[in-house]
Amino acid sequence: MVTAFFFYLFSTLAIASGACVVLAKNPVHAVLYLILTFFNAAGLFVLLNAEFLAMLLIVVYVGAVAVLFLFVVMMLDVDFDELKAGFIKNAPIGALVGGIVLAELVALFAFQGLTFAPGKIAAAAMPSGLSNTEALGHIIYTKYVFFFQTSGMILLVAMIGAIVLTLRHRQNVKRQSISEQNARSPATAMEVIKLPSGGYNVPAAVKPKTEAAE
Amino acid sequence: MTIGLGHYLTVAACLFTLGMFGIFLNRKNVIVILMSVELMLLSVNINLVAFSNFNADLVGQVFALFILTVAAAEAAIGLAIIVVYYRNRGSIAVDDINMMKG
Repeated sequence: MVTAFFFYLFSTLAIASGACVVLAKNPVHAVLYLILTFFNAAGLFVLLNAEFLAMLLIVVYVGAVAVLFLFVVMMLDVDFDELKAGFIKNAPIGALVGGIVLAELVALFAFQGLTFAPGKIAAAAMPSGLSNTEALGHIIYTKYVFFFQTSGMILLVAMIGAIVLTLRHRQNVKRQSISEQNARSPATAMEVIKLPSGGYNVPAAVKPKTEAAE
Repeated sequence: MTIGLGHYLTVAACLFTLGMFGIFLNRKNVIVILMSVELMLLSVNINLVAFSNFNADLVGQVFALFILTVAAAEAAIGLAIIVVYYRNRGSIAVDDINMMKG
């Protein structure tokens, strides 16, 4: 009974906030609704005995991806009202396609029926007496270690790609050149000038080094 | 009243449809399109975890873990591309993305 209550609570909130994501006028509000959707999905995961994935969803999606979205929305100075044009015009075709997909999915459940038969042999049966995190760790690091490493590789490639894409070498920025500083010696930094008594010497203006010489 | 597999599948189907609807609705705004894609990936994850629970098989959760990884990578790359595009063109309208004449 309590499970049913929480299921309906989480799923209603998830779907409602999911609808708000696509309907929100302000993209910042859309991101915040997306965060709410992720929280409710995490609640559903907890109901499904997948505690580790629930926490992962909160840490990765809410903590990293949604904040990334928020940064980009706030950083780009975009006129979002202009982007909203055609909102109404596109609504019917979107509703049509979305309605068809939803009708198909529901028709699958309704007419075909969920001929749900658990597999005879589970590929990785849930061990009893272990927490979800421990059980996942046992199979991720043994049976699926290659895929685990590959996903790490994907993250590495994504990180390098994002850095390479957004890195920009600004001109006219003074940078410290450690090697040049270390290479300075009295011979190159100082000059001894013979000054006659009563005379003067105005040093020639030092030409600032250009960025290109670096 | 027991909550079965069908309940979870229905929620996931609704979320997936919402994401699809959002792509059509916000055809000009790349950021909201990316968010809709995230919504669709989330619904797929709900499906996988639901099947994992009702089949008593952990592989579904492993799959969901990998989908999560790929979704995070995809969001990072997509947002980086949007930032670069905005820097070059000063707008992120989808209609302006036609340099490759595709």
